[in-house]
Amino acid sequence: MDFDIVTVWALLILFAVFAYVVMDGFDLGIGILFPALRPGRGRDQAINSVAPVWDGNETWLVFGGGGLLAAFPLAYGVIMTALYPPVVAMLLALVFRGVAFEARWRDPAHRPWWDLAFNVGSTVAAFAQGVILGALLQGIAVEDRMYAGGWLDWLTPFSLLTGASVVVGYALLGATWLVWKTEGETQARARRLAPLLGLGLLAGIVGVSVATLGLEFDYWDRWTRYPVVLLTAQVPLLTAILAYASWRALRRGRELAPFLLTLGLFALTFVGLCISVFPYVVPRALTIHDAAAPPASLGFMLVGAVVLVPVILAYTGWAYWVFRGKVGHEGYH
Amino acid sequence: MFAEADAVLLARIQFAFTVSFHFIFPAFSIGLASYLVVLEALWLRTGRQVYLDLFRFWVRIFAVAFAMGVVSGIVMSYQFGTNWAVFSDRAGPVIGPLMAYEVMTAFFLEAGFLGVMLFGMNRVGPRLHFLATLMVGLGTLLSAFWILSANSWMHTPAGFAVNGDGQFVPADWWAVIFNPSFPYRLVHTVIAAYLTTALVVGGVGAWHLLRHRRMRARGGAPAGDDGPSLAGARTMFSMAMWMAALVAPLQILAGDLHGLNTLEHQPVKVMAMEGHFQSHPDGAPLILFGLPDAAAQRVDHAVAIPKLSSLILRHDMNAPLDGLDTVDPSLHPPVAIVFWSFRVMVALGLAMLALGAWSLLARLRGRLYDWPALHRAALAMAPAGFVAVIAGWITTEVGRQPFTVYGLMTTAESASPLDAPAVGASLLAFVVVYFIVFGFGTWYILRLMARGVQVQEPAPGGDEGPIRTAGITPGPAERIARRE
Repeated sequence: MDFDIVTVWALLILFAVFAYVVMDGFDLGIGILFPALRPGRGRDQAINSVAPVWDGNETWLVFGGGGLLAAFPLAYGVIMTALYPPVVAMLLALVFRGVAFEARWRDPAHRPWWDLAFNVGSTVAAFAQGVILGALLQGIAVEDRMYAGGWLDWLTPFSLLTGASVVVGYALLGATWLVWKTEGETQARARRLAPLLGLGLLAGIVGVSVATLGLEFDYWDRWTRYPVVLLTAQVPLLTAILAYASWRALRRGRELAPFLLTLGLFALTFVGLCISVFPYVVPRALTIHDAAAPPASLGFMLVGAVVLVPVILAYTGWAYWVFRGKVGHEGYH
Repeated sequence: MFAEADAVLLARIQFAFTVSFHFIFPAFSIGLASYLVVLEALWLRTGRQVYLDLFRFWVRIFAVAFAMGVVSGIVMSYQFGTNWAVFSDRAGPVIGPLMAYEVMTAFFLEAGFLGVMLFGMNRVGPRLHFLATLMVGLGTLLSAFWILSANSWMHTPAGFAVNGDGQFVPADWWAVIFNPSFPYRLVHTVIAAYLTTALVVGGVGAWHLLRHRRMRARGGAPAGDDGPSLAGARTMFSMAMWMAALVAPLQILAGDLHGLNTLEHQPVKVMAMEGHFQSHPDGAPLILFGLPDAAAQRVDHAVAIPKLSSLILRHDMNAPLDGLDTVDPSLHPPVAIVFWSFRVMVALGLAMLALGAWSLLARLRGRLYDWPALHRAALAMAPAGFVAVIAGWITTEVGRQPFTVYGLMTTAESASPLDAPAVGASLLAFVVVYFIVFGFGTWYILRLMARGVQVQEPAPGGDEGPIRTAGITPGPAERIARRE
């Protein structure tokens, strides 16, 4: 295959979105699980486990958005306009959540309210991200390089289903993260919640997959055409294997494995999405080549990305390494 | 038709509102990050406790301001698409990569090292911790570099071609990045951020000096934290006043050069700033004050100094200056807004200059820490930097209307095909959420500032409750202090 810079950028942005989902997924998940954690110590412990890294996690979202603008400006404009309400809801929820993060420490008199804001903000942000995913999969009307639909086209049972699935998925990431990073009662609670959330996520994955195959595009054909089916069938198979493995790991009291296996589940859903969508960026309306910025833009950025992304990953890894180990409710010692 | 025009106006209001809110935080955190680098470097070099105390004092404030900047910045990075889709499509190939570089070089750097800077002193030791502080400071400056390059390109586009889809296609990245107005805007803006921070630091220092004075007057100086807290207040006040005295004149010079650059590339903006509705073939007056009346194309009740505008802008009293009468009225920016915001900025700049000069006089007389009127003036000027920054921002951004990409793409062309209700509803949501959220942030920052510089807490687990993580352990400080 020839070196195609457009495909490279599509993969880079996919990577950024995946990095975002992996990293902000668990800290949003902790927000979603907040009501299940004990007020006071349990919640402090959960918050402390993500405090040093959450700013960096959310930066991947900026990179995803900025990268989409830079590499696929047409798609960026069309998608953001079409999904205006869920995008705005996500942004506002993230604002609320980010500030509640600081505020619940600094303003103890109103901590129950800030905890609620953290919980609601996290849940709404996750739900909105899921809705955005669903709305993309079901397609966006494009005419003349502009969005050509109404402002509530995104709202369908399918997008609500993807929204709910992402909430459950993030909650599972959050729970398995807590199993890894905390101890005592918080860990025990997370360990009890994880299998339920895992079942929920599996139900979500199955539901979304089946519903996707029923959407009007050629999704069904893509997944079931022989001989492609021999490859695509591996995705659900691996999903089932990973799900079973993480359930076993939880039962055996493993601490890190459930989190990693959940990440594996998320990676598989990404592979599934690629099978459904590639080479489109707005399914069946714009391919990545239709939407791509000119080579002069992509090349200029690629030089930077090749050098900088590994550096970013290195120091991000270092920051996680500095704060390795279990977190106490009182902080690091 | 009417609904469409309304949607554009609402989108503009939304952008202006969110960007103004956002801009306040980086304007502060750029300067504060550099100040923290200086404080920590001084502490590492001299081992003096007061620098570490000041570092600890300001780093908490930085954490809150930075978090506000991040979350309001995420909104900005998506708003180009939600409200300005056509602009994103057409200008994205040029603007997008600049912003991508901002994220890759700056945002990750800041966010990646922030955790270590805030919570990591006892995990990595003072040297690596200083590296983290340095990286955060560097990140804020790199961020300013890229975003101001993108912004400047919209004012003075260069190094591009236009393709068949109407997209701006980069032809020469060097020319794009270092477009004609960029060096001036970068210098002017970064200095503005430094001045803003200096005024805030000076104001906080002054407040504590006044507080100590009041306490002494009552004869009830509290034991314990009184000493170091006073030393901290003095040190920060002195450092801030040095900054104001040295940088305010530089800023006026930089602003003048930036203005001359604007005259070269965006003369219409300068006409609006000056309130020059008419051309002046033999020397234009400098209008100090007046009421611009755009409909009648004149400035009422003008107080003007003859020929001075030509002298400033052309360095020649009798040089001719064109007025707005040479430009099609459909291309006029809203004159009154530009005229007034420019005057607010200049007046505050002069006030900062005066404050700096006063502090030098006080130093000369040995009364820097003992001149309540100076301290009150510094306190009153504490928010002046923010007001001046926003006023300057309004001057330059409103002054380039009706264009987004100057001379090439109008604001009306840039907007997303959205219905007014959608934009209106989201605008309302933004206003409500921002006032709650940033209202809290500002209130909390003020409370932190009022608390005074704490002496190093002797035992771990001081007043921080569950976030002892945020404390920097006293270990290294004491070691260094003892070595002296």
